[in-house]
Amino acid sequence: MSDTIAADSETLAVPSAAPRETRAVRLRNFWADYRRSWVAVASLIVIALLIAASFGAPLLAPQDPYDMAALDWMDAFLRPGTVGSGGYMHLLGTDNAGRDMLSAIFYGLRTSFVIGLTAGVLALSIGIVVGLAAAYFRGRTEAVLMRVVDLQLSMPAILLALVMVAMLGQGVAQIIFALVVAQYAYFARTTHGAATVERGKDYIEAARSTPLPTHRVLLRHLLPNVMPPLIVVATVQIASAIALEATLSFLGVGLPLTEPSLGSLISNGFKYIHTDRYWLSIYPGLFLMITVVAINLVGDQVRTILDPRNAR
Amino acid sequence: MTAPLLEIRRVSKRFTRQAGLIERGVARLTGQGAGGTVHAVTDVDLAVPQGEVLGIVGESGCGKSTLGRVVSGIYAPSEGEVVLNGQPVARDRHGASQKLTTKVQMIHQDPFASLNPRMKVGETIGEGPRVHGFGTAAEIRERTGSLLEQVGLEASYADRLPHQFSGGQRQRIAIARALAMQPELLVLDEAVASLDVSIQAQVLNLFTDLRRELGLTALFISHDLSVVRHVCDRVAIMYLGRVVELAGAEDLYRAPLHPYSEALFASVPTLGTGRASFHPIKGEIPSPLAPPPGCAFHPRCPMAGPRCRVEVPRLKTPVQGARQVACHLHDGGTQQKDIAA
Amino acid sequence: MSAALDVRGLTTRFATRTGHVTAVNNVSFSVEPGRILGLVGESGSGKSVTGFSVLGLIDAPGEIAGGQVLIEGEDMRALTPEAQRRMRGRRVAMVFQDPMMTLNPVLRVGDQMAMAVRVHERVSKSAALARAREALEIVGIPAPAERLKAYPHQLSGGMRQRVAIAIALLHRPSVIIADEPTTALDVSIQGQILAEVRRLADETGTAIVWVSHDLAVVSSLADDICVMYAGRIVESGPAAEVIAAPRHPYTQGLIQSVPSLHEPGRKLPQIPGSTPQLSRLPTGCPFRPRCPRATEVCASDPPDLGTGGRRVLCHHPLETP
Repeated sequence: MSDTIAADSETLAVPSAAPRETRAVRLRNFWADYRRSWVAVASLIVIALLIAASFGAPLLAPQDPYDMAALDWMDAFLRPGTVGSGGYMHLLGTDNAGRDMLSAIFYGLRTSFVIGLTAGVLALSIGIVVGLAAAYFRGRTEAVLMRVVDLQLSMPAILLALVMVAMLGQGVAQIIFALVVAQYAYFARTTHGAATVERGKDYIEAARSTPLPTHRVLLRHLLPNVMPPLIVVATVQIASAIALEATLSFLGVGLPLTEPSLGSLISNGFKYIHTDRYWLSIYPGLFLMITVVAINLVGDQVRTILDPRNAR
Repeated sequence: MTAPLLEIRRVSKRFTRQAGLIERGVARLTGQGAGGTVHAVTDVDLAVPQGEVLGIVGESGCGKSTLGRVVSGIYAPSEGEVVLNGQPVARDRHGASQKLTTKVQMIHQDPFASLNPRMKVGETIGEGPRVHGFGTAAEIRERTGSLLEQVGLEASYADRLPHQFSGGQRQRIAIARALAMQPELLVLDEAVASLDVSIQAQVLNLFTDLRRELGLTALFISHDLSVVRHVCDRVAIMYLGRVVELAGAEDLYRAPLHPYSEALFASVPTLGTGRASFHPIKGEIPSPLAPPPGCAFHPRCPMAGPRCRVEVPRLKTPVQGARQVACHLHDGGTQQKDIAA
Repeated sequence: MSAALDVRGLTTRFATRTGHVTAVNNVSFSVEPGRILGLVGESGSGKSVTGFSVLGLIDAPGEIAGGQVLIEGEDMRALTPEAQRRMRGRRVAMVFQDPMMTLNPVLRVGDQMAMAVRVHERVSKSAALARAREALEIVGIPAPAERLKAYPHQLSGGMRQRVAIAIALLHRPSVIIADEPTTALDVSIQGQILAEVRRLADETGTAIVWVSHDLAVVSSLADDICVMYAGRIVESGPAAEVIAAPRHPYTQGLIQSVPSLHEPGRKLPQIPGSTPQLSRLPTGCPFRPRCPRATEVCASDPPDLGTGGRRVLCHHPLETP
């Protein structure tokens, strides 16, 4: 027998692991994957511009559509591109109250984003609690929670939201509440599905058998590992919250025109859709469509990157 | 002799699958039963003295992993109890197991699944000690570093994520996590089975070193007979939930007594320089949902007699020697139908 | 004597974010009818990719970058995709680690076997079923007529793997590539299948490539062994010779790592370091960083030493006693 491999070598000689991967490196890799689709990059830029325009509305918009005093009846129904009494050009025209459409759309977008994001985050939090509890404790807890979720998912979200608004009345807070009730179930189901898979893995068993307290296993071990699919669902749900709010406002049960959201703008212009004053509802509708489509495209790309089957 | 560190007292573990509403309806219509009970572990009685490594060997479905989980406190036993230093390891609370001790730690088979992928290695190792108040944050950080070095890694690896490590390195991290809790008993469930041969040798050597340094007591669960022989003092062979033979590793490998042990040894391919002739066991492993009556091995056993089909053999010490075997061949023969009556 | 399978200079690459990774690097081997070749290696050695490459089953981002695969003298890679497809199943067949890769869960065993026959041959259904039954008998399945009526989920793991092997045998192929076919099975069931496979090769003259990480299984089953490391065959030769007198330091380390060869409780001779990542290989000999015999010269590509059926890819091979 040769002496090439020492039986009792003192050192275990484990070579160093891969170079340390910092958060910055991971972010850079994520971005490299994201960049592969130019559609997704364009969507991201569009969303960034829309958010900038909406939250910068007081600075960017030529007019404050909430300020009734600034409105002039003489400016009503100006065609896009005409210069009104304010001395500036109404790029997208004006509505029946002489409101500058572009300003109204920027302010409307702000309302839509605030409602969509708030409702999305709240629904996400509640959905996570429900889904995690159901997946971790199983048994009766799971049966009760998930049956309620199933029941809710069998009803159209718009129906549920309509009922809620009818009961609570109009207003931003009421709309948000209605959206959360209508949407948490989607998060709960996704969390439950992902958490059920993760719960069966050995690292959860290892944590439980250490033993670590239940809340720690749930929050430090289970939760971080169910986040990726939730991020994807969250983007899609924020888009649908925005669309849902617009639908409610369009139906006249959402926000009043004095607090313009995209939905109420479309609804207001809809009266004139059969005249040649198309711009009153077409432009807010176009902005709504662009917003929802862009968010969905971003969500799609994130899903593609996070999908382990596409891992490289 | 002092009391053993670990006592597994007549432990059984059953899993009952509740049939759903629709399933029960279908079962009623078709006249078949729904659901079912898996007898994963039946009536296992073992004691492990301080410093011993006991091997648990068997094929899939023999209950070795379930037994390991019962000992680790992940499952509460359906019957019997597991006692460490006189204290029960876990208790049943609303149908789930609640673990009562930190003194039993488990090392899982797949190091790619047993480490939280989103937690840094140092946190994974230090979390248990911190939660259980084993020291200040600084002390625990220092100990985490020295544990990493003890398992052959570098202290600076503590702030890396698991996916940056190879399988063998991850298994070392899992070992460090278990050692951080200062366990009195380690349960290793197929701990080297998923590693490459060259890496397996490294981890086995690490285990040998740690055993010598720390005087570890361990339950070493494996399907690999050559690995078990290498690390274990005593070996229990399981078949369909029961221990069929228990003996010192040397004795067992020299001359297995139970026909199943014998057949198992015969079917293991060994590294050799000639074409081997295979002597496989005939037949298949029965389902633990419906184990055969009498001795569970009798349908595959070449020596089975009428008694084997009726009476369950008990684990007993045969005429000579300090070993135990559950076989009628070594307990009055296979012919009598019932000697107890 | 003509080989059933002759692989020459086969190279397979995969495109990754950081460039090309060569999973199979200039691999050559041949198997004669009725012989079993064991392709041994650890994870990432390229043994499974070699198996898939032989059948041309490499999808993007991978590609077969070069080499020839001669099946009874006919170059598989020179054929049209349609002709390759006909070749697979008829003259080369594959058995996977997971038999459910082959079996369709919603079809009865008999139906899918008959279908497999009739894809390539125009025979009646009853004739096809008879062939299926015959194939099940060859792999030692008791009561084959009843098994034909069973669905895959009604069979045990070992039985499913036998059926998968029987499907591979349907067209009496000259070559079978088996990728870790017994790894997921219990020892007692593995023993049964190894016995059947050995008998199969001896009786039907099928050439078998047995891909496995388990040196013990390969040493007791195969006639010849190829040891793979980081995409290359580093040592090959008759099984008994390679096991008894390995010439590559890696092969030697692998053999010495097996616990059963050593006194219980003693430390095992170990190969230091971890199995290499193909994307970060050193220049020259890929085993160099872990090799106790390595010198500066190992930074250049190792020479192919040895003669005839006994080859070794190393600057400093061990001397044969």
